Amino acid sequence: MARAIRVKDPDRCIGCYSCMLACARLVHRSHSLTKSAIRVQTRGGLQSKWGIDVCRACPDAPCAEACPTGALTPRAGGGVIWRRNKCSRCGNCANACVLRVIHFDEEGYPIICLYCGHCARFCPQEVIVWEEIGP
Amino acid sequence: MILEGPVNVLKIDLESSSWKLEEREDLVGWLGGVGVATQLFMEEAAWDKPPLAPEQPIIFAIGPFSGIYPLATKVVAVFRSPLTEEWGESYAGMRAAIALRFAGYDAVVIKGKAPRPTYLVIDEKGVAFKDARGVWGLDTEETGRLLREFEGGRGRRSIWRIGPAGENLVPLAGVNVDTYRHFGRLGLGALLGSKNLKALVVLGNRSYPIKNPTAYNRVYEKIYRAVVGTPLLSKYHYIGTAENILALNAQGSLPTLNLKASRFEKAEEVSGERFGRESLFRILACAGCPLGCIHVGVYRRPHPKGAGYISTTLAYDYEPIYALGPMLGLDAVDKVYALLREVEASGLDVISTGVVLAWATEALERGVVSEKETLVPLRFGAVESYIQATQYLAQPPNDFYRALGRGLRYATRIYGGEDFALILGGHEMAGYHTGYAFLLGQSVGARHSHLCNAGYSFDQTRKGDYTPEELVQYLLEEEAWRNVLNSLVICLFARKAYTPEVTAEALQALGRETDPQELMILGRKILRQKWEAKKRLGYTLDQIPLPPRRYFETPSGQGLLDPETYAALLKLYREKFASFLNA
Repeated sequence: MARAIRVKDPDRCIGCYSCMLACARLVHRSHSLTKSAIRVQTRGGLQSKWGIDVCRACPDAPCAEACPTGALTPRAGGGVIWRRNKCSRCGNCANACVLRVIHFDEEGYPIICLYCGHCARFCPQEVIVWEEIGP
Repeated sequence: MILEGPVNVLKIDLESSSWKLEEREDLVGWLGGVGVATQLFMEEAAWDKPPLAPEQPIIFAIGPFSGIYPLATKVVAVFRSPLTEEWGESYAGMRAAIALRFAGYDAVVIKGKAPRPTYLVIDEKGVAFKDARGVWGLDTEETGRLLREFEGGRGRRSIWRIGPAGENLVPLAGVNVDTYRHFGRLGLGALLGSKNLKALVVLGNRSYPIKNPTAYNRVYEKIYRAVVGTPLLSKYHYIGTAENILALNAQGSLPTLNLKASRFEKAEEVSGERFGRESLFRILACAGCPLGCIHVGVYRRPHPKGAGYISTTLAYDYEPIYALGPMLGLDAVDKVYALLREVEASGLDVISTGVVLAWATEALERGVVSEKETLVPLRFGAVESYIQATQYLAQPPNDFYRALGRGLRYATRIYGGEDFALILGGHEMAGYHTGYAFLLGQSVGARHSHLCNAGYSFDQTRKGDYTPEELVQYLLEEEAWRNVLNSLVICLFARKAYTPEVTAEALQALGRETDPQELMILGRKILRQKWEAKKRLGYTLDQIPLPPRRYFETPSGQGLLDPETYAALLKLYREKFASFLNA
């Protein structure tokens, strides 16, 4: 079964950024807030609620459809697999992403969710969960 | 600097709108945070100039753990305090530290006075000097809103700003950080005001490679699990620091009605539990803290013209409730909120505001001052007068409020009433009438805060069962170690997770060879430097006055305190102090 990240209960988010830091630390081996496939931000000031943007692992991924080099291919069950060596850094994937969750690192490579679940493991409030999504 | 390479110091001159970056290898040994900031202060301070002279520096610093390990969420500010005129040291959290980390600066030094109202944008490209004329005069909330709209970096930026109190150079003014946190206590807001500096927006998008992922991830997870997975710190999340209202009340340590009492009849009405039940809206965390202790409540009240209801969100903690609730006899959640809203908007320090207003109330009761001075009929429990008086503190309409805004040490020199002025170390007291260790601790701690050495904690755990030597040794050792934690710069709520052993291990995982013993020695060294600065600013342990009589008239958590016992403890502290620092 493929797994993916789901935002289960954003009302419980405390804005600690542990998920973003976990992605940066464990996937991208960086101390960073930007090298992370997950973005937590306010909807305008700390009086507002948090918005948590993650890859939703679309079943028929528009980002893969837009990829001209085959670097992004659909994954069985939903979502995509990214191959760095095929990536031309054209940016089409980010433009195609309906949820606008694809950002770039300083070399211009897209930061694509691996569905590894580290962010969920470090969420102290179970806002984000890592769960099975399909075959 | 993440332990490799020099300490990056951003130096800003407001007068010429210029900045430069200095890479300081020589500062690496001072770790970061307060260690580095103290060194920079030694270099930059205008020793013979008053606190608000343009030459005086404001120094901000983060440490090697900031944005790197859990709960390393604070920025330290060091400056000459306009309130005590000596050592100023203050901490703020929320996104302050992580923003500075990813902007790429370990420390920021700000000097000079801008030719006109200005706000700064600090990012990885450097510093932008922006016109703040239209923002000048606005309260802290509206200032925050506008700067959020003007500047980028949503979710990764931190906005530090002053309100009218800081603009008017009131020494009780703090700096509001990201709506719900503050650089409080020693008057940093007045310093920003004196420099025509309305706000700083700090943001950054930098990333740093992790050098040794195996070791680092192991230590990170260990600390993370110690913080979230155990009951060690959960109290900060559930009820929050405000749980102390009932705890201290039960111990008879809750300063009430200008410390005429140490229990508040209506403590239940303003307890943390009550705030939670009646008003809690959400809990927030500083960036990088999985715990989340920031309790935000809704202050909902009838529309003044009867058109339904209006609401404001405000963060509550133990100290604001203590200072505005029991201290002033405000006995309902909404009364505390009504006053807190005014304090927050004007950018005053909440503890000092409560304590000076409590003194003014008693001074009026006793005829030490009259309504000619206070302008409003200050009376314990009467919130409307306190709201008006708070506005007067931020924008003084007469000499009395001008004096009161300089703190009780100054005001009592003019008006008298020293016996019931709750001053310790030249500073308004924190909310812990727990016993001798608090009383002595706040008087002798470097920044005259209850957090310098946590005397209150010693009082609470030892319950009077100690020798004088043990008390003094505790205060000295705790303060020295806290200088290490404050150099890192962690939130002190995590102090039990960051033992000397864990701290050394965490540093080793980042590539710095050290051990607990070396860190403890460094703590003393930093404290020694601070005291060198304090001495040059005119403070010595020989001139500490006996705390005002009120402390000895109202029973503490340890019962009635005796001035002679206090004097003996102070004498012992003085005797041990030099040998401790130089050991």
